[in-house]
Amino acid sequence: MPKELWKGNEAIAEAAVRAGLEAYFGYPITPQTEVLEYLSRRMPELGRAFVQAESELGAVNMVYGAACTGVRVMSSSSSPGVSLMMEGLSYIAGTEVPAVLVNVMRGGPGLGNIAPAQSDYNQAVHGGGHGDYPRIVLAPASVQEAIDLTVLSFDLAEKYRMITMLILDGAIGQMMEPAEMPEMKPVHRQDFDWATNATMGKRERRLLTSIYLNPLDEEQTNLRLLNRWKEVQANEVRYKEYFIDDAEIVIVGFGTAGRVALSAVRTAREQGIKVGLLRPITVSPFPTERLSQLTGQARAFLVTEMNMGQMLDDVQLTVRGRVPVEFYGRPGGVVPFPDEILNEIKRINSAPTAGHTDARDAWLTRMTAQV
Amino acid sequence: MTTPANNLVYERPEAFTETPTHYCPGCTHGVAHRLVAEVLEEMNITDKTIGVAPVGCAVFAYNYFDVDFVEAPHGRAPAMATGVKRVLPDRVVFTYQGDGDLASIGMGEIVHAAARGENLTVIFINNANFGMTGGQMAPTTLPGMKTSSSQNGRDVETQGYPIKVSEMLSTLEGVGYCVRRSLHDPKNIRLAKKAIRTAFETQVRGLGFSMVELLSTCPTNWGMTPVNSLKFVEEHMIPAYPLGDYKISDAIKQIKI
Ligand SMILES: Cc1ncc(C[n+]2csc(CCOP(=O)(O)OP(=O)(O)O)c2C)c(N)n1
Ligand code: SF4
Ligand SMILES: [Mg+2]
Repeated sequence: MPKELWKGNEAIAEAAVRAGLEAYFGYPITPQTEVLEYLSRRMPELGRAFVQAESELGAVNMVYGAACTGVRVMSSSSSPGVSLMMEGLSYIAGTEVPAVLVNVMRGGPGLGNIAPAQSDYNQAVHGGGHGDYPRIVLAPASVQEAIDLTVLSFDLAEKYRMITMLILDGAIGQMMEPAEMPEMKPVHRQDFDWATNATMGKRERRLLTSIYLNPLDEEQTNLRLLNRWKEVQANEVRYKEYFIDDAEIVIVGFGTAGRVALSAVRTAREQGIKVGLLRPITVSPFPTERLSQLTGQARAFLVTEMNMGQMLDDVQLTVRGRVPVEFYGRPGGVVPFPDEILNEIKRINSAPTAGHTDARDAWLTRMTAQV
Repeated sequence: MTTPANNLVYERPEAFTETPTHYCPGCTHGVAHRLVAEVLEEMNITDKTIGVAPVGCAVFAYNYFDVDFVEAPHGRAPAMATGVKRVLPDRVVFTYQGDGDLASIGMGEIVHAAARGENLTVIFINNANFGMTGGQMAPTTLPGMKTSSSQNGRDVETQGYPIKVSEMLSTLEGVGYCVRRSLHDPKNIRLAKKAIRTAFETQVRGLGFSMVELLSTCPTNWGMTPVNSLKFVEEHMIPAYPLGDYKISDAIKQIKI
């Protein structure tokens, strides 16, 4: 397919259609609304299901219902809307049905604003809905990657009977870039042996539920989820590296923050600083093993995020104080400029902070002095 | 000589599984289940039916029906059913919901499923309280009625007035069939069954959203014997929730059963 100019949100919508999306349920919220708008036209044109739900609560439960029948289904929203979906996500996880959810994140908490942010990393990766459950979280850094990961998300969700979330900041949702769409795949309804699509007189009845009243059964379910998660961790970790071979300082950043960091890395390299970038694509499962290897090579890490340091905790858990980890974040819907990250690289290059300084505290002190 | 077969007056509907009831003695949830099972069997649609269970005493509804079932979060059954029906329009999809589930936490979902005219059938059990959690006040609790969370009787000044769901939903264009029946005596049970049949016929014909509200008992939490509970329905529930046909679209009026 030739490259075309695609807006991130619409690209995700079309990529999902081409991956065989059979049903979409959503509710308008900036900066995600174009996914819904695009599909309101595209899905009926193809004879596929589209409903603008009464709320995100409605939308996620429609997703839940459709997911139980075994079709490819998704919803999309932005931060406040995703909060409303957490009940449904927990039920979907507990029922072990596949579903895809896109969160085009904005500044928060509360109503916050509609500017690009990475404020929901923790909600996506570590928490959100109640109960013990893992989920796959993918973080694209370009429109092309958003397309590719949308397609992948359906495969992963089905393979592991698990929620797959795409988290991208509003910038990637809103910007236009040349990108290549995959071929249109015909809808292929898989004959899953768990799907509740009515017996049609051909098989025993099926039940899909997240209720396990006997704690021992629930415990077994939790362990089954964890064992499946171990498979995901073993097989599905994805990341990209830039200038990493001889890097002494390694930046870790995902999505737009990772992309901005790459510009800074390029400039720093021109100035002879040995800096590289590790950009996690699966923020869950997190590229722990690779990061651990790099801990042996790097003398310092710099975590860059568009929040107050959420992935930072995961990096620190892996590095475990062996080398200094520093942090630079712009929360609240602010996108950092490459220069800001370049300054951080230079600062660390000339005088890295001692390993025992708390990265977030040190950053907060610098930020408070600046802003 | 009569053989047992032609002497048979009562048997388990085919659409039922062999599961002993978990409902309290005298609870009319079981009656409602049976009516639904009989209708599925009579219409020969058991094989293509998918049920959506609520959160409430009927959370285990799926144990009784020999059909595929999913179990919704509290109140979200109409949204979940929408998801199922939109991708499988040739299947028969029904929700079975209590008054806490449908009229309290799930009011948004039910109103909008009805407004969209989703081709679903809703069996709505109005027993004037939250049965499962121990008899707290529901939106349908009668004024002055004592529950575990309105211990001096529901005070409408501070706890509001009952919601008449059938009357309310019948104002919506997307609703094809919306009636209220009662399960307090055999005659009314027969009328309830006919209404359930009509509701499923509405769905099968694609004539829009259908709901049957059933006035039901909760002897355990009402603190009454089963017989007194039935009397309570007749004497107190029906005056507050009049039985009747709140909406039957013209196309549905033509259906002959
Ligand atoms: C989100 C959520 N809130 C509260 C509950 C607790 N809960 C379980 S059943 C129920 C009330 C059910 O009442 P109703 O729908 O009237 O059903 P009944 O048992 O009377 O048939 C409540 C509040 C829950 N399961 N989930
Ligand atoms: S608590 Fe009430 S509604 Fe629930 S099974 Fe018992 S009698 Fe029926
Ligand atoms: Mg009730």
